[in-house]
Amino acid sequence: MSESQGLQIDWAGLAPLVIVFVAAFAGLLVEAAVPKARRLPIQVALAVAALAGAFVAVVLNADKSGAVFSIGGTAIGSVIIDGPGLFLQGTITMLAIVAVLLLAERRTVKGGDFVAEAAVVADSAADVEQRREDGATEIFPLTLFAVTGMMMFVTAGDLLTMFVALEMLSLPLYLLCGLAKRRRLISQEAALKYFLLGAFASAFYVYGMAMLYGFAGTVDLAGINQAGVSSGQPRMFLYIGVAMIAVALLFKAAAVPFHMWTPDVYTGAPTPVTALMAACVKVAAFGGLLRVFNVGLSSSAWDWHLILTVIAVATMIGGAIFAVTQRNIKRLLAYSSIANAGYLLIGVIALGEAVGQTMFYLAAYGFTVIAAFAVVSLVRDGDEEATHLARWAGLGKKSPGTAVVFTILMLALAGLPFTSGFTAKFSLFAAALQADELGLVIVGVVSSAILAFPYLKVVVLLWLNEPAPDAPTVNLPSPMAGTVVAAGVAATLILGIAPGFLLDIVDQASTFLNT
Amino acid sequence: MNELPLLSALVAVPLIGAVVVASIKRENANAARWTALGFAGAVAVITALVAVGFDYADDAPWLQFTESYTWISAWDLNLSWGIDGIALLLVALTAGLTPIAMLAAWRDLDSVQRSVPTFFALVLALQAAMLATFLASNVLLFYFFFEAMLVPMYFLIGSYGTGPKKQYAAVKFFLYSLLGGLLMLVAVIALWVNNGGVFDWATLVEAEPLADGSLQNWLFLGFFIAFAIKAPFFPFHTWLPDAGGAAPAAVAALLVGVMDKIGTFAILRYCIPLFPDATKTFAPWVIGMSVIGVVYAAFVAIGQTDLKRLVAYTSIAHFGFIGLGIFAFTQESATGAVLYMFNHGLATGLLFIVVGFLTLRRGSAQIKDYGGAAKTLPLLAGIFLFAGLASLSLPGTAPFISEFLVLFGAFTENEPVAVVAALGIILAAAYVLWMYQRTMQGDRNPALDEVPAMKRDLTLREKALVAPLVIAILGFGFFPQPLIDAIEPAVDNTLGFVVDEPADLPLGADNE
Repeated sequence: MSESQGLQIDWAGLAPLVIVFVAAFAGLLVEAAVPKARRLPIQVALAVAALAGAFVAVVLNADKSGAVFSIGGTAIGSVIIDGPGLFLQGTITMLAIVAVLLLAERRTVKGGDFVAEAAVVADSAADVEQRREDGATEIFPLTLFAVTGMMMFVTAGDLLTMFVALEMLSLPLYLLCGLAKRRRLISQEAALKYFLLGAFASAFYVYGMAMLYGFAGTVDLAGINQAGVSSGQPRMFLYIGVAMIAVALLFKAAAVPFHMWTPDVYTGAPTPVTALMAACVKVAAFGGLLRVFNVGLSSSAWDWHLILTVIAVATMIGGAIFAVTQRNIKRLLAYSSIANAGYLLIGVIALGEAVGQTMFYLAAYGFTVIAAFAVVSLVRDGDEEATHLARWAGLGKKSPGTAVVFTILMLALAGLPFTSGFTAKFSLFAAALQADELGLVIVGVVSSAILAFPYLKVVVLLWLNEPAPDAPTVNLPSPMAGTVVAAGVAATLILGIAPGFLLDIVDQASTFLNT
Repeated sequence: MNELPLLSALVAVPLIGAVVVASIKRENANAARWTALGFAGAVAVITALVAVGFDYADDAPWLQFTESYTWISAWDLNLSWGIDGIALLLVALTAGLTPIAMLAAWRDLDSVQRSVPTFFALVLALQAAMLATFLASNVLLFYFFFEAMLVPMYFLIGSYGTGPKKQYAAVKFFLYSLLGGLLMLVAVIALWVNNGGVFDWATLVEAEPLADGSLQNWLFLGFFIAFAIKAPFFPFHTWLPDAGGAAPAAVAALLVGVMDKIGTFAILRYCIPLFPDATKTFAPWVIGMSVIGVVYAAFVAIGQTDLKRLVAYTSIAHFGFIGLGIFAFTQESATGAVLYMFNHGLATGLLFIVVGFLTLRRGSAQIKDYGGAAKTLPLLAGIFLFAGLASLSLPGTAPFISEFLVLFGAFTENEPVAVVAALGIILAAAYVLWMYQRTMQGDRNPALDEVPAMKRDLTLREKALVAPLVIAILGFGFFPQPLIDAIEPAVDNTLGFVVDEPADLPLGADNE
């Protein structure tokens, strides 16, 4: 044993993270070294290449299962490569590629949707000045940092690593939220709100981690799980710790009652950033939830099952009911994302039997929602996005192609057969029924029925209402946004009609290490 | 296995047709019409081939022309098709009624700024989905099309409908059906989980029914409520008058004539064989609902001021008869109920189409806008009366046979119920005749003379499209035996799950 006292690192397992992380730094160097006019193509190419490379690295790691770091042959659980971790990393990179393309869209708004400095006082002279300039390209390294955080979040094997990942994915996002070129004040408000509430959530997390450490004597998830059976410490530590950690994670996942930030942030942030949050952050947040509850807390399932069930019910019903009353398309999608968080929570509560199906749902939902936000970013009144629903009336007459695409996406979100929405709901609900969660499934179904109404309302507006004389125009997307929409719709339909291949993959990749 | 995949073709042809027609440019409206009619004609030809090749013998296999192709193996979801006598009748009804509805809507869109190719593409898509639900022999496959058919119908009502409430009607229709469908989805999944991951209908039916009584009851309810909404049975009916009132008349003919039959068809195909004990448990309740529906809907129909809503309410009353026939569990009543489904499609389809002729001419479906219209439209009025009389089950028309069988069968089981339901016949006479009198007879509404179209009697196209329906209603009124021969084996097989010995007593024998 003596010859292997040093730290051993499985570099292949770490490669996806390293690639994106290094690319993020390289992006910073590009900002410093390359003239402004030439930055955009380099940054986009760098980001896409890094994410694609990370995806390849994830695929090459398939079938791997183990800790990345070990000392003297003893695994250190800080980064764990296993089936769910790899699948979620792969999903995040794929979705991030799509999101990066949307971030790079420059044809809808001259110079892009972003300003360079978030903190300039809104509508001050300096602000007006920076709005005239081409958008900032720092958004790409920022995005890559956030994506690194997300990829680390879903493979973190102890609470400490998870916390670092949580901060790493959150901080760039706070900044990105404040960079919208139009409606600066709302954008800044969104950033501040997200930051303050996110900071609270982080504090909860650290406090919860301390409690769990006090209970289990370790921050390692597998160790905490063992302690759930064997620890002699007062169980109150466990309860408080689980509650605090859950608050932080459910905040990121946008579950009721920790959802308040979602509609405001989704509305205020630049739409491409909203798409990134709705797709990638959701995957990361639920990846973390799945891991914490399956690996770290499955032995204490009796202690948290009831409260998490209550939260899931509140999230499903609350999200659906609030969605009904929305008049702004981004807020509507925000509440729909809250309701979807509720369905995903069913998968978390169902534990081991539903891990694969929850991941399938995440992938299916991610592509649909990213395409939906991409369409939102294309429907414009002059320079601004036409987010008020009334402005969308009669879009089917003026831009039938866009309206068809958006209708498909809405029907997918409503869970109609032949779309990924149905496939995802079917497999998730089936897994939950196998885990004897009939009550939650029925609530999920009722919530889906309520939620179908707002989606249908949008379809009615698109096709059955007369367009206003000054109806918004649909910008012909550049290849960038066009690719985003096409990829999202293609994934929505393929996963609806021929989901067999992905179902097989999640089936094989559904077992966490150490469970 | 047959040499030709006829049933796959029945689903694929209209689906391909929908895509082809949808890709026709808006300006080429006539090309779209004829192409769509061509595809619908092809479906009719394939249906005829199936009907010819079908084995009508009593001991023939339950499902015939079976085909199966793997789709999503993880869920046991296969493209499995099969047809029994009941489905055969309904497939024939669909295949026959769709081209007629297309012809009826031929000129409907001339005056409105709506895309003609899209309309006909939606009708073909609807036809494909409806045929698929009749032909599917895999529970999940059935569910797929059961839900998917909402989309074309939603657009047909919401986008091509008439009246100020068409959007409301379309959304109400969609949400009602979706809620039922989602409840059914829970039951579908639970069935799957509790049967070892099997969705194949034949396998499920051959397996022992679920031993857990309360589970079986819940699953039955999950399926039944979806079908009761679809049918619709009282008290799940409130979407139908709105949808039927707002839909274009030709679409309403398909909605009430065919799509609603999927509910009653599915009760026979799924509820009874899969959940026989629960079916028996709930039968008295369903019979109660059916009888209330018969009487209640008839009274409401009498009070209607809108022709299309009136016809929609008459259908709800008729679905009460069908429910009564199925759940009385006698061979006569069940045979009658299946026959009723077919005949009602003919009679109500015709009635809706004729109402469509009227409203297109007058520009209104309000009864008060008519009066004495028969003077200038003698032929149209005659067909209207004929359709009305068929719908009230006058002897000599096809619906009479079915209503008689239902009441006869129900009477042998439960006299008071049959007596109350028989009230429905009297009420039917009231609403049909009063409707006819208020629109066609009596003092002529002077406003009618100001509408030139109200002086134009049936055109050649209109004559051509009502003729087959009139002939069928009269023909099957006098010679129903071929239809009964087709459905009896399937009805016997179905009833075998809920009756200890299949009641194969000869017609007219005393059951006491």
